[in-house]
Amino acid sequence: MKIETTLAHAGLCTDGTTGAISTPIYQTAAFSHPALGASTGYDYSRTANPTRQVLENVMAGLEKGDRGFAFSSGMAAITAVLMLFSPGDHLVVSDDLYGGTYRNFEKNFKPYGIEASYVDTSGRVNLAEAIIPGKTKAVFIETPTNPLMKVTDLKKVIEASRRLGLWVIVDNTFMTPYLQRPLELGADIVVHSGTKYLGGHNDLLSGIVVTRMKALSERVAFIQNSTGGVLGPQDSWLMLRGIKTLALRMDKQQQNAARIAEWLSKQATVNKVFYPGLENHSGHATQSRQASGFGAMLSFTVKDVALIEKVINRVSVITFAESLGGVETLITYPVRQTHADIPADVRQRIGVTDDLLRISVGIEDVTDLIDDLEQAMNG
Amino acid sequence: MKYGTLILHNGNELDPRTGALSIPIYQASTYHQHDIEHPGEYDYSRSGNPTREALEKTMAALENGVKGYAFASGMAATSSALAILKQGDHIVAAEDIYGGSFRILTRFFSKFGIEPTFVDMSDLENIRKAIRPNTKALFLETPSNPLLKITDIRGAVSIARENGLITILDNTFMSPYFQKPLDLGVDIVIHSATKFLGGHSDVVGGVAVTKSLELAGQIYFVQNGFGAVLGPQDSWLLLRGIKTLRARMVIEQQAALLIAKWLQHQSWVTDVYYPGLPEHPGYKIHQTQATGSGAVLSFKTDTPRRAIQIMQKVKLWSVAVSLGGVESILSYPVKMSHASIPPKERERLGITDNLIRLSVGLEEAEDLMEDLETGSRSLGL
Repeated sequence: MKIETTLAHAGLCTDGTTGAISTPIYQTAAFSHPALGASTGYDYSRTANPTRQVLENVMAGLEKGDRGFAFSSGMAAITAVLMLFSPGDHLVVSDDLYGGTYRNFEKNFKPYGIEASYVDTSGRVNLAEAIIPGKTKAVFIETPTNPLMKVTDLKKVIEASRRLGLWVIVDNTFMTPYLQRPLELGADIVVHSGTKYLGGHNDLLSGIVVTRMKALSERVAFIQNSTGGVLGPQDSWLMLRGIKTLALRMDKQQQNAARIAEWLSKQATVNKVFYPGLENHSGHATQSRQASGFGAMLSFTVKDVALIEKVINRVSVITFAESLGGVETLITYPVRQTHADIPADVRQRIGVTDDLLRISVGIEDVTDLIDDLEQAMNG
Repeated sequence: MKYGTLILHNGNELDPRTGALSIPIYQASTYHQHDIEHPGEYDYSRSGNPTREALEKTMAALENGVKGYAFASGMAATSSALAILKQGDHIVAAEDIYGGSFRILTRFFSKFGIEPTFVDMSDLENIRKAIRPNTKALFLETPSNPLLKITDIRGAVSIARENGLITILDNTFMSPYFQKPLDLGVDIVIHSATKFLGGHSDVVGGVAVTKSLELAGQIYFVQNGFGAVLGPQDSWLLLRGIKTLRARMVIEQQAALLIAKWLQHQSWVTDVYYPGLPEHPGYKIHQTQATGSGAVLSFKTDTPRRAIQIMQKVKLWSVAVSLGGVESILSYPVKMSHASIPPKERERLGITDNLIRLSVGLEEAEDLMEDLETGSRSLGL
């Protein structure tokens, strides 16, 4: 079955009793036991909720993993994965990553004795040099990265990690399983902010973990159940609803993104455009090999910093807001918003500078989006 | 304003824009920013969502705290509150704490270098003896689960203050309607809001409320960083549930007391645990720190077989984990809520295989007693 079909059928006919086409929302905390020692398979919704479980199974299927787990936010999903580690453990992490993940590593997990070092995994990374023998347990990758769209060669990093006995964790938020499936390439864990493309409507918060191997699934299940950062039934259902149109949205959004990236490249006021779909992008070839598309996220730098405020205040079709992946186009100023938690010197080094804007391209008509940028930048 | 009124009118019951008598469900992840120099009140729902905030403010008002935080489950609230502790810290916790809390203390926080000691807190001397130079917090649950043991909150708080410790109290069984621990000097109150606050067995949620802004800031950092927040739909359902908190608590407690007294007179019952019975060892202390005894009670049957028989025969009681709903729930702690505590430890705590826990709902007490009676009688002994 083609993935478009799997997506459209997400949660289809999961209600055996009524045949309802839409998955029922099980707004329940507890389940009655038929008898002592007997269970319907559901006891308490923190442990398992039928609506959440449909979503979790759909995600496991899409990512080609063993099991899926739904959390109350992308950060709750990443936190659950980081809880797999113990004090003294070390991780190698992509240096250009979402500020919330960076903050979680530095402020929440460092005090527990879990260390991270940040390397540019998109370059000619020598993993053997980046690891601390005996301590490094995993590599955590975002590809393409947020916000600079650096592309990591997943196959290479996964092969190198295997030789060194490290787990590979991939944040697949920007690509979604529609365009990229890291578990098929041998990664061990995929995480998502389901808030973004999977949900797709800027209307819910959620996080997803999918594991490749049963042994890891059991450990994540234990963490999900004990620390309890689970996704509620209403949000689980909304996400299933979102997933049904993932292919449609992604196709349209990346078409629009390609057009906007080309247009931006031709503007005299623009310095650089970062979009892996552009042939001159350093990760273009790698991205073409490991994913079936380039996604709908792009960023660009302007020649004059004063233009930033002008653009942000003048756009009218495009919305100035944090987050990404929805049907509406959003513009973000990473230095002040998504990456404000990363220290200024680190931001400068990795290129998250004060002349950088990020666009999450939506499904509007692309000429309206370009006209809006035109009047905001050049008007 | 009387407390029963405050539950309904605490400044978080109206939509300021439309006047709607129900807070809108803001099913939104992100918020438009009008001006780059002046960020709006909301930017991203993990950091703040108006529906969740109405619930958080309501809970802060009801617990007499400064700030409330809503989480995806009671365990997410407990985990997030405990995450303010650091590597090398020590915590003294009640030994018959909820099984899930016991599990995260022994399996997670201990791994991250936070060491727990579990003591019987119904004797304050045990708390004193357990304190070490690196002790940072006390974790109380009173009445405890499932044996309804009572800890002297004021006494525990004064020990905590002498030693510079934070006091955390799980107030799930009482709800703020019956017990307001922050007024007694506790620093952080946590709830499984799934239980009496929600009250309908339809929401999984958790809440933490602090007395100081400093602790509020620490918990907010964890809430926003770890991101185990409650969704808008569930936040709204909790707000809805809280509106009837008083009505439910009053009726449920009346029935619980009747059932507790009735159980005392049954030949097949050996022990009844309910803090509203004058025979309960914690009765006097409980009366000084709470205005009611709640709707959860436990009892032991003469034989384990009878306990199992009752579970198999009851018709009105749902056999399920959880508690605090409008439906009466009967549970078997050994196999359910406390299954994650090692058997030897359970035995020592008195959580035996003839123990049944009841969460009394809104049904008529007579029907509930009759159902238990039938269940006990049909035993072919």
